[in-house]
Amino acid sequence: MTARRAPSLRRRLVVQLLALAAVLAVLLFAAVRFSAERASEATLDAILGAATIAMAEEIRSAEGGAVIDLSPGTFSMLAAMGDERIFYRVNLGAATLTGYDDLPLPEAVPAALAPMFYSTPYRDTQVRIAAVSRSLRIDNRPATLLVLVGQTRAGQSAIAQGLANRAAAVGLVVFLLAVPLSLLAADNLLRPIARLAAAVGRRGPHDLRPVRAATPAELVPLVVALNSFIARLRGTLAQTETFIAEAAHHIRTPLAVMRTEAEMALHHSGDEATRARLRRLIRAVDDSARSAGQLLDHATVLYRADQQTPAEVELGALALALIERFRPTAEMKDMRLTLVPAAVALWVHGDAVLIEAALRNLIDNAIKYSPAETEVTLTLAAQAGQAVIRCRDHGRGVAGARLEALTSRFQRGPNVGDVAGSGLGLTIVSEAMAAMGGDFALDAAEGEGTCATLSLPLRAA
Amino acid sequence: MRHAVAALARRLSAAAVVLGLALPTIAPAFEIEAEQRFGPAGAGARIEVLSTTDIAIFAPVIEGFLRRNPALGVHYVVASSQEIYQAIATEGAAFDLVISSAMDLQMKLANDGLARALPPDQIAGAGAGASLPDWAHWRDLVFAVAQEPVVLLLSPQALAGGLAAPRSRRDLIALLRDHPERFRGRIGSYDPVISGAGYLFAVQDARMSDSFWRLAEVMGRLDLKLYCCSGDMIADIRAGRLLLAYNVLGSYALAGRDAGAEGAPAVIELEDFTLTLLRTALVPQSAPDPTAGVQLLGFLLSPEGQRLIGEAAGLPPIDAEAFAAHPHLRPIRLDPGLLAHLDRMTRARFLGEWQAAMDQP
Repeated sequence: MTARRAPSLRRRLVVQLLALAAVLAVLLFAAVRFSAERASEATLDAILGAATIAMAEEIRSAEGGAVIDLSPGTFSMLAAMGDERIFYRVNLGAATLTGYDDLPLPEAVPAALAPMFYSTPYRDTQVRIAAVSRSLRIDNRPATLLVLVGQTRAGQSAIAQGLANRAAAVGLVVFLLAVPLSLLAADNLLRPIARLAAAVGRRGPHDLRPVRAATPAELVPLVVALNSFIARLRGTLAQTETFIAEAAHHIRTPLAVMRTEAEMALHHSGDEATRARLRRLIRAVDDSARSAGQLLDHATVLYRADQQTPAEVELGALALALIERFRPTAEMKDMRLTLVPAAVALWVHGDAVLIEAALRNLIDNAIKYSPAETEVTLTLAAQAGQAVIRCRDHGRGVAGARLEALTSRFQRGPNVGDVAGSGLGLTIVSEAMAAMGGDFALDAAEGEGTCATLSLPLRAA
Repeated sequence: MRHAVAALARRLSAAAVVLGLALPTIAPAFEIEAEQRFGPAGAGARIEVLSTTDIAIFAPVIEGFLRRNPALGVHYVVASSQEIYQAIATEGAAFDLVISSAMDLQMKLANDGLARALPPDQIAGAGAGASLPDWAHWRDLVFAVAQEPVVLLLSPQALAGGLAAPRSRRDLIALLRDHPERFRGRIGSYDPVISGAGYLFAVQDARMSDSFWRLAEVMGRLDLKLYCCSGDMIADIRAGRLLLAYNVLGSYALAGRDAGAEGAPAVIELEDFTLTLLRTALVPQSAPDPTAGVQLLGFLLSPEGQRLIGEAAGLPPIDAEAFAAHPHLRPIRLDPGLLAHLDRMTRARFLGEWQAAMDQP
C-alpha cells in the first residue's frame, strides 16, 4: 500500500520562491524605468525652464518695440543632450515677434517668470515646450511677453531606455541569482524534515523507542503524534508478550504437578496397559512443558530485544555450561555432545540471556532431530571481527525448507511429523540474533545433518 | 546719422526679401547661377544636386563618382546659399542632395525636419561613418564633406616698405590704424547683409572675440568695400584694386593662388583664431530619389571621395586631427546654436550694430 503522492514540498517551495523573484524583478524594472523617466524629465525640464526664463529676461524694450538677441550658447546647450531639435516663439500680446509662428501656445498664460511645461506634437516630431511670460513696457504701455522654447527629447528617451535596459539586466541577474538561492533555501528548510524521515526510516522493525531527533517547532505535533503512536504500539506488544509469558508460567506449574502425579501413578501401577498410558501422558506433559518454556523464551527474547541492554559476554563458559546441562538428555539417546575447542575465551558484544536462549534452542533441536548414537558438535571461532558459533548434527536435515519459512512463528519443517515441537525454536534463534546485530544461517551439512551458524560482533579490542 | 538709418532700412528690407521671411507665400522660383549635366546622355537615373560650390571646383569629384557608377548621371545646379535654403524650405524643390557652405541654413533645414535621416549602415558602408568625428555631423541628418578655414588675403603691395605681416586681429587693427592712407578704400570683406556666409562669419567672429567690433569700426572708418562673393574679392586683389580682404573662404583663396600669377595674394590664417567652416550636405525630405542622394553622399564621405575633394577640388577634406594639430583653427559648431543668429530680430539687431560700425562719421 503506497500513500497518495502530494506535490513535492521542495518543488512547491522552489517554484513559489522563483515566482516571487520574477515578480520582484519585473517590479524593479518597472520602478527603475518609471523613476528614470521622471528624473530625466524633471532634470531636462529644469534646464529648459531656466533657458527659457533667461531668454525672456534678455528681451528688452526699445523705441518702437522689443529687442531680442538670442544666445547661440543657450540653443547649443538645449540641443546638447541627444542632438535635440530646438523650436522657439516669442509673442508680444497676440502678435508673434519672431520664431516659429505655428508653435503651439500653452492652454493658459503662465504666471510671470514661472515656466509652464507641456508636450505636444509639432511638425514631424514630439516636442517638450517651456512657456514663460513676463510683462514688458513698450511705448509706456505694459504688454505681455510670452516666450516658448521647445526641444525634442530623443536624448531623454535614449537615457530612459538605457536605464531601463540596465534595470532589465539587473532584474534578470536577480532572477538568475534567485534560482540557486531558492534551491539552497528549499534544501535548508527541508533538511530537518529529511533528517527526521531518515531517523525514522533507519529504525529496525523492533525498534520502538520514541523519536528523539531534534525537531523544528512546526513538526513537533507530528513527532508527538508519532511517539504517542509508538508508545501505544509498545504497550500493546508488551501486554501481549507479558500475557504469553504469564500464561506459559501459569501452565508450567500445574504441568509439573501433573507430571509428578503421573510418575507416582506409574510407580504404583502394576497394570501394563495403564503404565503405557501413563508413560504417554508423561511424554505429552513434557512436550507441553517444553512448548510453554519456548513461549516464555520467545517472549523474553522479544522483551529483551526491545530493551537493548548489551554487555560483554564470554561465549566459552556459556557454551560449556549449556553442554553440561544438555549432557543427561543427550546420554538418554546415547549421543555425544562436544565443544571444540574444549576451553576458549571468546568475548562478544551482546545479551547473555539472548545468546543462551539461542544456543539452548539450537542444541535442543540438534538432539531432538538426530538419531541415537550420533554426535553433535559445537564449534567456537573468531572470524573477521565476528564470533562464529557452529552447531553441527547428523540428523535428518531441513529437507530444503527455506530459512525464512523455518524462522517464522509456529512454522515447522516438512519432515518433522513424528517429533513433538512448537515451531518457535528457530524463531527465537533468529530474533535473538537480529536483536544483537548478529546473523543466523542454517545449511545442510556435508554428508548428512544440519549445520547452524550464529555470528555475533566480537567485543571491541 | 539720418543717412545711416535710411541705408540700414534699405539694406534690411533687401535682406528680408532675399531670405524670403517677409514674403514667403509669393516666393518665385529660385535663381540658378549655373548648371551642368554629367554622365551619359541616356543615363538611367540622374541625381539632382543643388550646391553652392562652383562647377569647376566640384566637377572632378562628380566625375570620380560617375567612374564608379557609370550607369548614373548627375545634374549639378549651383545657387547661392539663401536661394538654396528658400528652394528647399519653401518651394520643396526636387533635389536628391544639397551641398552648402551656409552651415546655419543647412542646420535650420535639418532642425525644421526638412532633412532625411541617413541609414547608418549606408554611411558606415561608405567607409566614413565610423571615422567621422562628432563635430563633423549633426545627428544622421547633416554631414560635413569639407572643412575650410576663413582667412585673410593680403596683396603683395599691402606690406610694401617692409611692414610685418599681421599675425592676429590685434596686429591687423594696428596695421590699419597706422597706415590709414595706404588702406583707405582698398580693404574688402563680405557684406553680411546680402551674403549668408559673410553674416555667419561676422556673428561667429563677434562671438569669439571683442576685437571683431574694434576691427569693424576701423575698417568702417577706412571705407570698407563690401562684396557678395569671395571670387570678386580675389579678383579685385589680383587686379590691385584691393590690398587686403578679410574673412575669405580659404579654398577660394587657395584656388586663386594656385593660378600662380604675379600679383597672387598671401593667404594668412590669423593666430588668435581662424574660423573653420564646414561645407555640409544633406538629403532633403523632398528628394525624388533619396537613395541616390545617400549614395552620392556616401561617396563624398568615403576615403576615395575625400581624396578627390582634397586633391582634385582643392577643398580641405575632413581631418579629425586638424583641430588638435592647429589650435588656432576654430570649427564653427554644427548644432542648433546656429539657429540663434538666423532669428530675424537677432539678425536685425546684429546688422544694426554692424551698420553703425560701418557708417563712421
